Amino acid sequence: MLSRRQFIAASAAFPALSYLSMTKVFAATPKNVLVVAQQLDNMTSLDPHESYEAVGSEICGNMYQQLVSPSFEDPNVVEPQVAESWSAGEDGKTFTFKIRKGLKFSSGGDLTAEDCAWSLQRCVALNKGPAFILTQFGWNAENVAEGIRATDAETLVLTTAEPTSIGFLLYCLSANVGSVVEKAVVSANAVDDDWGNGWLQKNSAGSGAFTLQVWRPSDAVTMQINPNGGYKGSLERVILRHIADPSAQLLTLQQGDVDIARNLTSEQIKTLQDDPNIVLLRKGQASLVHVTMNVGHEKLKNPKVWEAVKWALDYEGIQKNILSVTHEVHQAVVPKGLPGAYDENPFQKDSAKAKALLAEAGFPDGFSIDMDHYSAQPYPDIAQTVQANLAEIGIKVNLLAAENRQVLTKMRARQHQMILAAWGTDYFDPHANVDAFCINHDDSDDAPNKPFAWRSHFKDDAVMAMAIAARDEKDPQKRLDLYVELQKHLMHNSPYAIMMQPFTTVACRTGVEGMRLSAISSGHSYTEVTKS
Amino acid sequence: MSGRIKSLGALLGSVLATLFGLAIVTFMIGRVMPVDPVIAAVGDNAPEAVIQRTRIEMGLDQPIVVQFLRYLGDVVRGDFGNSILTRNPVTTDIAHYFPATMELATYALLLAVVIGVPLGIWAAVRQGSLTDQVIRIVCLAGHSVPVFVLALLALLVFYAWLGVAAGPGRQDILYQDMVPVVTGFLTIDTILAGDWGAFHDAVSHLVLPVSILSYFSMAYITRMTRAFMLEALHGEFIVAARAKGLSGARVVMGHAFPTVAVQLITVIALTYAGLLEGAVVTETVFAWPGLGQYLTISLMNADMNPVVGATLLIGLIYVVLNLLADFLYRVFDPRVK
Repeated sequence: MLSRRQFIAASAAFPALSYLSMTKVFAATPKNVLVVAQQLDNMTSLDPHESYEAVGSEICGNMYQQLVSPSFEDPNVVEPQVAESWSAGEDGKTFTFKIRKGLKFSSGGDLTAEDCAWSLQRCVALNKGPAFILTQFGWNAENVAEGIRATDAETLVLTTAEPTSIGFLLYCLSANVGSVVEKAVVSANAVDDDWGNGWLQKNSAGSGAFTLQVWRPSDAVTMQINPNGGYKGSLERVILRHIADPSAQLLTLQQGDVDIARNLTSEQIKTLQDDPNIVLLRKGQASLVHVTMNVGHEKLKNPKVWEAVKWALDYEGIQKNILSVTHEVHQAVVPKGLPGAYDENPFQKDSAKAKALLAEAGFPDGFSIDMDHYSAQPYPDIAQTVQANLAEIGIKVNLLAAENRQVLTKMRARQHQMILAAWGTDYFDPHANVDAFCINHDDSDDAPNKPFAWRSHFKDDAVMAMAIAARDEKDPQKRLDLYVELQKHLMHNSPYAIMMQPFTTVACRTGVEGMRLSAISSGHSYTEVTKS
Repeated sequence: MSGRIKSLGALLGSVLATLFGLAIVTFMIGRVMPVDPVIAAVGDNAPEAVIQRTRIEMGLDQPIVVQFLRYLGDVVRGDFGNSILTRNPVTTDIAHYFPATMELATYALLLAVVIGVPLGIWAAVRQGSLTDQVIRIVCLAGHSVPVFVLALLALLVFYAWLGVAAGPGRQDILYQDMVPVVTGFLTIDTILAGDWGAFHDAVSHLVLPVSILSYFSMAYITRMTRAFMLEALHGEFIVAARAKGLSGARVVMGHAFPTVAVQLITVIALTYAGLLEGAVVTETVFAWPGLGQYLTISLMNADMNPVVGATLLIGLIYVVLNLLADFLYRVFDPRVK
């Protein structure tokens, strides 16, 4: 028999319980919507000719097409996208692209060679952060109308300032800066002479599989299927939700409130490895973890010191103990997954050899040095191991941790001695990294260009000549071979101790298929995702 | 009459001086910190020429004093500048993010007061008893366990295991953008739109973050109430009231509590101000698109216009709540008149 008190308690609980049961019903995501949990906190623009950071590039990559794109299967192969064919002129400076017929923008407008020409001109004229990928071919705001033009609705002609390797040009055009935007729509939204930049930062006008519905900073990005973009699956929308905390990402994934989680920690990934409801996708990223020595510092001038440091580091130990599911050992300047990558790792920990090299360099008792590093994990752990490794050969390392922008700002001012940092590749070509790490024409403090090599006073004419020869080699295959040669040489003749290449791991619920990952973030693609 | 205008003028002057000081400090911190905002805007690998041009476009090539005067001029005209990250005017952004925080903070405060004050009184009346000890432990836990631990535990238990509360986020994706924004408070906007499904969804998303925040605030309010009440209960006027033969309840509520209420107003006002700053950790764990996250993300990216704008707003909140507390003093405390 129910007492009066129990009866009151039960009837009070009843509405609450019915309320609780309703919540459950709404838990799973709809079949036509893909929900992704992702950290969206440093996006600055969704204009493909301006966006440079990983998340924005990736979103742009799903909304725009380029003339060509690298193959997902083989990075050494370039596939047609908006252009169906191309050819190089005898002079090595003229390149003709035939534009595919029948392509349409999301607005329904036809995609013509004029849109392609205008888009590339726009990128050059705006000259935002990533525009150097195109302007390195000699185009600028003044000459671009001549250098990039549509001769008819299906023909685009590019003229470079110097004879250029078509392999190099194609890879550069496959970057987001080579995205084709709809001239009519973007120019209609131009304010003053901004080429529609203010508008395109928060809207889209492309021919890719998706269009931008809304971007609410630090909240969500919603993309809709572009009806003219050729998407064949069952999705209608892709929603990227900003969930900053990895633990919250994991919980929502396990509950089925999101279909994909993008920023899980290595510990969380380990726990998911045997989960039947989750599929893990993994792909090496075009990024490097490196220890770089500032050649401008008295103790770090001697190439023997560089070599000693490289033999002192415990690459395998660091990978196994600290970075087991997130990084692989990689010691060459071009990361795996990019064309022309070199995948041998000649250095391993050999303290005796390192100590001997250090003695040859004139430091039998070692020396003491500062090393800056990012304060976010895993960098402090790596830094401590580096410190211990170098202590074994007599180099006493002082660790200076700081927020990563602060570390980079210090490096740009050439005020570091040693630095442990990460480098992200800008575009899908070996020259992207080789350019930054090897080419430094003017090492003076007020040099007009201040590439990565400049920051650490690295200027080696032999290396520079090799880099330029590889860049300009006409034969695409031979070009990639030259890059391999260059990397072998650079490993032993540079102040860069390249250590690791990171992996990105994406956790998908089973039933979500077709997510494709690339070495470079603009290539991460939802265009073939289906959900069952 | 003129005296009143004078004091109003003095008040306004002190408010403006406070905000001005705040603006100077925040602005200077932004300009001297060892992070380059230009790099945040164009990327670390951008060529030198682009960096230099952007620096000029952003006005960062000017001396700090010139930059500050320009900024001040803009602010006076109601222009707080644009955010590098969101590309929106800072005022638009704040108008978007602040209601989310305010909704969270308001419900959390209400809950904290409704539970915290009675608990504090109860603990004071039963000083030293088992009840008092239990309340003390509960409050100690609320105040000392890190918020992210509590938040993650709450998500794990009520969202993942029991499935009785909604997960991170402010709304389910089904309801996103379905309800027109009127007040920015989803619970109110959904009622105005008559969309009960969306209302239910909004409440369900509020439950956990509100509980966590209010637990933290409640712990503080309870402890303060208890301390104030204990002091009051030892007063001679209480002895007199008891000697008159008044019942325990009338002594506590009729005589002791009113003297405490005035002090409590300050505590509650400051708690509310603290909540309105945006609880960064709670907002991060619960993916709540509020002021705290906006401020942190901007700061991390050296995007200083939003940081200065949001700091001024927070300063203004403190000033307004302090004024409100002063005003309530006059209402509740006859001696202040």
